[in-house]
Amino acid sequence: MDERETDPMVPTVLRVRSRRRDGPQVWTLELDAGAIERTGFAAGQFNMLTAFGIGEVPISFSGDPAQPQRIVHTIRAVGPVSGALTRLGAGAALAVRGPFGTGWPMREAAGRDVVLIAGGLGLAPLRPALYQLLAERSRYGRITLLYGTRSPQEILFRREIDSWRKRTDLMIDVTVDHAVQPWQGHVGVVTALIARARFDPGRTVALICGPEIMMRFAAEALGTAGVANGAIYLSMERSMSCGIGSCGHCQFGGLFICRDGPVIPYDLLREPLRVREL
Amino acid sequence: MEGLEQILAEHPFFAGFDPAYAHLLGSCAKNVRFDPGRYLLQQGAPADQFYLLRHGRVALELSGPGRGTVTFQTLGPGELVGVSWLVPPYRWTYDAKALELVRAISIDAACLRGKSEADHDLGYEMMKRFMPVLIQRLQAARLQLLDVYGARG
Amino acid sequence: MSLELQAAQLLTSQGLDQLLKALRRGGCRTVGPTVRDGVIAYEDIDCLEDLPRGWTDEQSGGHYRLRRREDDALFGYAVGPHSWKPFLHPPRQRLWRTHRDGDTVRMQREAPDGQRLALIGVRACELKAIAIQDKVLLGGAYGDPHYRARRAGTFIIAVNCTVAGGTCFCASMGCGPNLTAGFDLGLTELGAAGPPAFVLQAGTPAGSQLLEEIPHRPATANEIAAARARVQHTAEHMGRQMPTEALPQLLLRNLEHPRWSEVAERCLACGNCTMVCPTCFCTTLEDSSDLTGRETSRTRRWDTCFTVDFAFVHGGSVRQSTRARYRQWMTHKLATWHQQFGTCGCVGCGRCITWCPVGIDITEEVSAMRTSEPT
Repeated sequence: MDERETDPMVPTVLRVRSRRRDGPQVWTLELDAGAIERTGFAAGQFNMLTAFGIGEVPISFSGDPAQPQRIVHTIRAVGPVSGALTRLGAGAALAVRGPFGTGWPMREAAGRDVVLIAGGLGLAPLRPALYQLLAERSRYGRITLLYGTRSPQEILFRREIDSWRKRTDLMIDVTVDHAVQPWQGHVGVVTALIARARFDPGRTVALICGPEIMMRFAAEALGTAGVANGAIYLSMERSMSCGIGSCGHCQFGGLFICRDGPVIPYDLLREPLRVREL
Repeated sequence: MEGLEQILAEHPFFAGFDPAYAHLLGSCAKNVRFDPGRYLLQQGAPADQFYLLRHGRVALELSGPGRGTVTFQTLGPGELVGVSWLVPPYRWTYDAKALELVRAISIDAACLRGKSEADHDLGYEMMKRFMPVLIQRLQAARLQLLDVYGARG
Repeated sequence: MSLELQAAQLLTSQGLDQLLKALRRGGCRTVGPTVRDGVIAYEDIDCLEDLPRGWTDEQSGGHYRLRRREDDALFGYAVGPHSWKPFLHPPRQRLWRTHRDGDTVRMQREAPDGQRLALIGVRACELKAIAIQDKVLLGGAYGDPHYRARRAGTFIIAVNCTVAGGTCFCASMGCGPNLTAGFDLGLTELGAAGPPAFVLQAGTPAGSQLLEEIPHRPATANEIAAARARVQHTAEHMGRQMPTEALPQLLLRNLEHPRWSEVAERCLACGNCTMVCPTCFCTTLEDSSDLTGRETSRTRRWDTCFTVDFAFVHGGSVRQSTRARYRQWMTHKLATWHQQFGTCGCVGCGRCITWCPVGIDITEEVSAMRTSEPT
């Protein structure tokens, strides 16, 4: 019997199929899903990844939900666990629990304009949503991806962005905080791109993922532009340990970010986000 | 002259502007163009004008020894370049370079300062349009200062 | 009190001893109160002699002392530092181990503990706490198999409180001192001179069945009335009282109240309150490995929201200040718990008051906030 069905705290051992560098300290691991392929995942959900003997961290899926046989995670090496995970080469073993959490509101987005706002590594959790939007392109109105990051060197998924830029049915704007030559693109905060984007605020769904401060500013700017708070979704980050709402770490007011999130509509977040150290 | 007034009136920066003021402003305005790589303004120089961009993008740059030239903001059609003309000592504090062919309206700052001094209603109207731009740029600078995307969060 | 006249029986202390023996014969591990290290702790007990006969406890903010009683009561105390949490939701629980053999990593899940537990001397507030932890640990989409296994085999002998502790406030929380539900057998100790005797009531078929094996007789109307009176007396002598009216709303609209800063000046952020709390459930995961990395394991252990690291995200802790951490603990316990689990997270046992090294009193904090609310 599959033990994951009986105990969500017991991970499955998987192997790394490939590893590629996607930026400074950032690597994307592709794992063979093997026996857990049929589990699948929804865009916006995350797995708990274990580096044996070191620990476990929550990492969002960054691959295509239509290809559950390939579990893809984009990881920045910032601590002992994420550091160890990003050093795993092809064939290496790691363990996976999940998928956990809420996904992006793909069903709600049908028939509406969709604005995706990504900050830094926040592009990774949005990529599965973009794959799904593009795979079912006719179901949605205008699709816009606004991506802000630190510098041109830190742009994630560069080749893919270039290929997306060629599409006429997707508007992409990338901006960086500061740049040196030969960067010819936008420089400035990602919220500045909102004014240039074309969407009908009354029938728009916005998906935002990035550092919390950036998400707050982006959500407020969308609100000013006329998008309802309930149609703006943020992917929140808090300390996570169990992934199933029973260890207490990720509480944000009454919410367990791991279980009630990570994707949460802004109307539930706006007030608590104003409280410092909540 | 009439053409310029029309263009001014249609520029987003002057949306809803009193036609009488548009006429006044028109007398301080002229059409300009910059080829890619040319500078609209350079740091240290007198801030004698500002630009309303109609076409093309502009990079705001700072440069220093050992750091090269860093672009801290880019601006495009509908936006304005140059706010230092508003306050003494009326000198530019950065460079503004055309990234593409830029077409813009250049407004004579000394002329506008004089008219604003003579007619405070015009001056207040101008302030109401410049202040949001200044606040936005201040907020953007704060966010950039925080380096929110950095590996050390 | 829910002692029903027709169901109430009288049990002698010898009868209680036989009850323990019957449970042990049936394969149960019997756990109950005993005197150790100057407190009444819950530990393995074999017989009546292990119980805290003739002892009581004196409790106030940051203060706990054992005192001799003038009688031989077996349950003549309030509650000690331990709740039943360590037995049902243990401080450390290994979840799995891995063994690496060449290229292969084998994952071995820790089997749930099948040992049946009999808990002796569970109080009304503690029954409520167990019911709350049931919701937390079993009520979600998954449920914890270790907790489930322990709870499935748990036999509970509950005891009505015949004394109120100095920091008790279960009555104002609606959690006691009367036993209402969640026990197999419920006892009320009678206060007459001589060997202890109990008015007893079965709460489940399993309780009734066990009772068949033990000598007992129907309780008299006088005995039942005496038992009732004792519990009523306890309810009227609670050491503390929680002003519960619209409590979640009060706290949630006062997240920036200056009182949080004031209490933070006293709070040591030691986490004692969370360790002694019978409902606090927070845990963290710890991984370890042998030197070669061939064997690794993961253990879940109790954690406390009072540590800086508890809310660590990349870059630092979300709750740097003690003010924020105390606020998190109290608002969770009394306010957001409702939102999460449809119940309050506090049962009024008073342990957090007694075992706080500086005597911070959760009821006093609520009262202070209520009376000094900015308008």
